Amino acid sequence: MPFMPVKFNLQKRVKLAQGLWMLYWLSVIVGIVIFSLGIFFKIELRKRSELMDNNESHLVPNLLILVGALACAINAFGGKVCHDSLDPMKFTKWKPMLKPYLLTCCSFNVLLLLTALLCFLMQFAVYLTLAEGLKNGIKFYKDTDTPGRCFMKRTLDMTQIEFRCCGNNNYRDWFEVQWISNRYLDMSNDEVKDRVFSNVEGKFLMDSVPFSCCNPGSPRPCIQHHLTNNSAHYDYDHRTEELNIWTHGCREALFSYYSSMMNSMGALIIITILLELEVLSLERTQEKFFSFKSRSSQQHSSSKLTSELKHTTLIA
Amino acid sequence: MALMLVKFDLKKRVKLAQTVWFMYWFAVMAGVLVFSMGLFFKIELRKRSELMDNNESHILPNLLIFMGLIACGINAFGGKVCYDSLDPTKFVKWKPMLKTFLVFCVVFNALLIVTALMCFVMKIPLQFTLSEGLKNGMRYYKDTDTPGRCYMKRTLDLMQMEFRCCGNDHYRDWFEIQWVSNRYLDFSAKEVKDRLGSNVDGQYLMDGVPFSCCNPSSPRPCIQMQMTNNSAHYSYDHYTEELNVWKRGCREALLSYYGGMMNTIGALVFLITLLEVAVTVGLQYVDTSLSTLANPEDPESESEGWILEKTVKETFTDIMAKMKATGKGGKVEEGGEEGVATVS
Repeated sequence: MPFMPVKFNLQKRVKLAQGLWMLYWLSVIVGIVIFSLGIFFKIELRKRSELMDNNESHLVPNLLILVGALACAINAFGGKVCHDSLDPMKFTKWKPMLKPYLLTCCSFNVLLLLTALLCFLMQFAVYLTLAEGLKNGIKFYKDTDTPGRCFMKRTLDMTQIEFRCCGNNNYRDWFEVQWISNRYLDMSNDEVKDRVFSNVEGKFLMDSVPFSCCNPGSPRPCIQHHLTNNSAHYDYDHRTEELNIWTHGCREALFSYYSSMMNSMGALIIITILLELEVLSLERTQEKFFSFKSRSSQQHSSSKLTSELKHTTLIA
Repeated sequence: MALMLVKFDLKKRVKLAQTVWFMYWFAVMAGVLVFSMGLFFKIELRKRSELMDNNESHILPNLLIFMGLIACGINAFGGKVCYDSLDPTKFVKWKPMLKTFLVFCVVFNALLIVTALMCFVMKIPLQFTLSEGLKNGMRYYKDTDTPGRCYMKRTLDLMQMEFRCCGNDHYRDWFEIQWVSNRYLDFSAKEVKDRLGSNVDGQYLMDGVPFSCCNPSSPRPCIQMQMTNNSAHYSYDHYTEELNVWKRGCREALLSYYGGMMNTIGALVFLITLLEVAVTVGLQYVDTSLSTLANPEDPESESEGWILEKTVKETFTDIMAKMKATGKGGKVEEGGEEGVATVS
């Protein structure tokens, strides 16, 4: 008993072929969208690869680019076959390739499913990479004279301004590292010497944050130095002050940005899988119809041949 | 002698109509482009209207939106006429309207040229509005508790960060105004009282700038306070320090942004004017070639097409004569009656 048999006449067959052809072109467009999303994601990862220790995994965007290109090629080929299916002469040259093509489509759908799963699962890897990378980023903020790290300050400042965040978990992360280079510290100054000797590692720590943590929406000019010292500023209480600097951590901000991107790409891939399955089932129906038609026409021609032979024998 | 006379047979006429129809669809898209450019410019002006004292002139974006809509309408109508010109029965209903429509197109093209010129000319009033608005913006920076100005600080900070600029002409503009609100000044402190007493207006002036002037590319953490005091910071010379704060003034930055936008829009409108002139000429050829068929019953007969029936000078004198005739119409009738009375 065949699976979901449907009866067809000529009109229905033409409609099927036309509908299938439209679906194929829609799938090509979706393939292009996936390809460009993959490129966009790759560019976004590269832009901030400095904050991820330059060892972020490019598996997901590379896979998206590959899948997008394959989707375009497969669906364009399918559309061409569909277009030719209405002309029996043209269709005969495609007929032998149909079965391997359908198998390729099936394995492509499995690949799409794998990609969708990776889109959702790789977010954990991104989270861990971000946490490590941001910690190091804050550590290397002051090394503007070290080759390979001289743009870390600029990258981190621009990220904090753009994503409206401060530090790794929150702004207090800046209190635990020395973010002012020794080049700009007067080592003969008593205050500097006190601070440097006040901790085991000899770092110049202070309760201040860089200017990029400042919130423009604050009603008062930004307080970035002596943040925990209420008496250093007039009418200031650091426990109740909310608008002065950004309160979110950059790991949370960056992760929510990347995870929403990956979630929407995963959702798009699932929609693509459903579309491809629909196209596959319709293609299979069309292929079955053509093989039925050719069998019946073969029977018809063989019976015709037998009757002709009988006729000639009779005459002879 | 007609201006730029061209002979047409059926094949040439069909080709002409098809080309002009195709060009009309491009022109419709061009109209949509003008409309969206006007809309974009209007949004950009509104976004920063606070920095322009809320009295920036919206005449140019409104004009662009209006012209874009009219262009879409005119070109869609022209395309329909061209499409119908291939079928004589359909073209007959459009024929009486064509002359007026063509005159309207010519007037529209003249208006488009005026719009393009305005795009380049309106930069001057914008420059004045910007400089006035930015000066006031900086003055109201501290008034975050005054209704109507409470977002000036945020707008100015975001603008300085986005356009990488500081102050009106340069960062020293911030030294001349009090940008810290009195709410956050301890009037019992000696230092504050000294500063207030040191100038005529009793303002708290300092050689410091807001944080939004800081340049992230600077190798050292931003120095925003006591900027002219070299001894206040280690290894710092404010004469040679270049990367610390943004050097450009915001008026220059905003003007170059808006100026670039207006130049681009002006150039595009000028190119679209050329396209409109081309389609108007094309439609004139379609109209004249279908009106001068050698044998009106036979659609395959030859015909001629032109831009103007007579030379430019003759057409101009004709128009002037017609206008004078309509003006003198009343006087001629009175004179005729008197003459008739004298004769009899």
